[in-house]
Amino acid sequence: MEWMITANEPNKTYLMQGNEAIARGAIEAGVSFAAAYPGSPSSEILTMLGNVSEEAGLYAEWSTNESCSLGACLGASFAKVRSLCIMKQNGLLVVGDVLHSASLSGVKGGLVLVVGDDPSAHSSTNEFDSRHQARSAALPMLEPATMQEAKDMVKWGFDLSEQLQQLVMVRSVTRISHGRSNVKLGEIPEESIKPTPIGEWDRMVAINWFKAAQLNKLDQAREIFENSPFNWYVGPVDAELLIITCGTGWFYSQEAVEALDLKESVGILKLGCTWPLPEKLITKHLEKAKRVLVVEEVDPFLEQNIAQIIAYNPHLNLELLGRQGQGIISRSGELNPDIVRNALINITNKLPVEIEKVEIPADEMVVLPARDLTFCAGCPHRASFFILKQTLRIHEGQGVVMGDIGCYTMGGQRAGHYLYNYLGCMGAGISAGEGLGQLERFGFDQPVIALAGDSTFFHSCIPALINAKYHDSNMLFVILDNSATAMTGFQPHPGIGLTAMGKTTEPISIKNIVESIGCHVTVANPFEIEETTETVYSLLKKPGLKVLILEQECATLAVRKSEKRKVWVDPDLCRGDDCGCGRFCSRVWGCPGNIWDDETGKAVIDEVVCVGCGVCATLCPAGAIKVEGGEAIG
Amino acid sequence: MVKELSKDPLNIVICGVGGQGNILATELLGSAFVDKGYFTTVGETYGASQRGGSVMSHVRISVNTEYGVLIPQGEADIIIGFEPIEILRVAREFANKKTWVIFDSRPNYPLGVLIGEAVYPKIEDIVNELERLCAHVQIIEATDLAVKAGNSQAANILLMGALTAVPYVPLEVEEYDKVLVQRFKGNALELNRKVFKIGYDLVKK
Repeated sequence: MEWMITANEPNKTYLMQGNEAIARGAIEAGVSFAAAYPGSPSSEILTMLGNVSEEAGLYAEWSTNESCSLGACLGASFAKVRSLCIMKQNGLLVVGDVLHSASLSGVKGGLVLVVGDDPSAHSSTNEFDSRHQARSAALPMLEPATMQEAKDMVKWGFDLSEQLQQLVMVRSVTRISHGRSNVKLGEIPEESIKPTPIGEWDRMVAINWFKAAQLNKLDQAREIFENSPFNWYVGPVDAELLIITCGTGWFYSQEAVEALDLKESVGILKLGCTWPLPEKLITKHLEKAKRVLVVEEVDPFLEQNIAQIIAYNPHLNLELLGRQGQGIISRSGELNPDIVRNALINITNKLPVEIEKVEIPADEMVVLPARDLTFCAGCPHRASFFILKQTLRIHEGQGVVMGDIGCYTMGGQRAGHYLYNYLGCMGAGISAGEGLGQLERFGFDQPVIALAGDSTFFHSCIPALINAKYHDSNMLFVILDNSATAMTGFQPHPGIGLTAMGKTTEPISIKNIVESIGCHVTVANPFEIEETTETVYSLLKKPGLKVLILEQECATLAVRKSEKRKVWVDPDLCRGDDCGCGRFCSRVWGCPGNIWDDETGKAVIDEVVCVGCGVCATLCPAGAIKVEGGEAIG
Repeated sequence: MVKELSKDPLNIVICGVGGQGNILATELLGSAFVDKGYFTTVGETYGASQRGGSVMSHVRISVNTEYGVLIPQGEADIIIGFEPIEILRVAREFANKKTWVIFDSRPNYPLGVLIGEAVYPKIEDIVNELERLCAHVQIIEATDLAVKAGNSQAANILLMGALTAVPYVPLEVEEYDKVLVQRFKGNALELNRKVFKIGYDLVKK
């Protein structure tokens, strides 16, 4: 809740989401500038900062992509104001060049970069571990284990950043960002920091001359980390088995030690400073242990760096266990309390007090249908994928569909008739499509369709579109414009005309951009199924680069703006299974609002789920689906 | 002094499908516990699950210490379900012989069922299996009751009313009411108060 992040109530405890705590920490540090590109699990942070921007006296923007956001923060830092940059782990890979340059140039005003990692890739295409980038770019990194630490680390991160004149990274994960717990508030500074003029000889320059300075900053960070209160040890002085952990692993380890009654023999070293590692502190604990279990999210990052400490210290003689060592924890996937407990059971052979749990034999268990992700009721993407599927079915030759990142990524699954042949990262669909579209000269004659959403178009498709136009690639580029960054929670983008701070601004037209590159653009409405299917078909028959914009607002947003129209099935007109349509509305169309009543053997609308778009009414062969006020489409 | 819990930590799972309002309901519940002085943690699984996927929240409260955001398998004391197959999925993993289960029996059909590749199980079969797994199983027609009260979306608060009435939940009606007052006003507040009471009374009886 936004009011918590600006509440001037020092020492008051609230239930705060990790992302709220991060935003609060930045405000307690007197942040003046915040920039981000949305991505789960980090999106809420900038949304909240934007909403309180006026009250907190800060500037917040949803940048066009992550490189823009980090670049903007570096600019603000040059004028010695404090800036917060936020992104998800995939974004951190987008900004690799900016990050490695920033590390060489250093910063002036405190700059904290928060990265929300997504172990198990709950809402991502991969579970990249951000810590590799901190090491690669020689940047200090902090990892909170609690929501309280999330707040406190971000706040302290600004001080550290100014002390070192270096960017500081904070790695959150889904369970921190989207978890909630008690957070005690600190004080909010009365005034935020004002910009300092940049003098004639002030410099922030990223060239290799500064490599030595960059490494010195890392050494300084290591010294500071040796005594940081974010690292701590609990357990006996001479623990034979030592757990080294960070982030979520702290609570999981603590609970496992308690459940197995191992407090007397197992110690836990919890690290909050995870790059560079406080080697003296770690070595001190390694000297006493015979076995070490490393518990961490995603990659064996701590583990491999601890292995390095062991390699450089021949007097250490111990067994290292973890995601790599003896594979005691799986090499991929998110941690949970059971994984950590089982690892400890494996190592110690201690068993927990049995819980009375009934195990039902498999053949007596109810068969539960899986719950696939799907497009929301009334989603325009459902219509777009239906059109593409129809077109490619009637087109000669097997069309190749290049997907991209957004809600429409689900087009590669059941919801979109498994239409994707290719899926990469943001902006990869059109780039790879451009390549395929050049192969005609070698006899490749399949139609190539690349897709992108509106936010993705701005984020990373424009250079690729220029590339495709300049080299006249034979492909159809379809922009699925639903006027929203829908997947991450409807953040505005440059096509919307609204900023993160709620101010109106001039929207940038996707059509104008595409036309200014010299492409001919066709605009169509995906809800007009028949006409748009013909449009796609005729475009595919043309040579060279074609661009189609399918425009229809995200249904979840649209329904918030207007009264929902009632849609219903006239049972006298629905012919049930005798129709010959094969239950088209539920089985083929697949909208969650179209359900089947087994008792009457007819289609019905689930009124709780239906948003009233009425597209199904235009598709029902019996005309049995009725829409309040006629059949006009939204 | 914070009231001792009959079991510490008390573990509550709230599960359903994206869009049913369980995140909000859980947040309000957690806030009420923090206001009472408990160490409270809430773990939420959503994100892509907004798109019709399963959503699950873990709420853990303790007098003594903070716990991690995820409940270990078999250690849920109470499971509140917004959807029948989701509650069974969760009960298999997190319930034990002492667990209380309360759920809305209104199905939300997964895509596989809509397109005819899978069959939605009978509610009585779900109840039978839940009864073998848990101590106490109760159906509350939360969505239908919320529709009658004014808005299907209030089903989440109705189920929070039911949860509050479970004997070992250390929360009084007035304490949840405080957080309702913080977050809602006007008609929405009145509706939420009304459905909360409906849910509460259905369990207290």
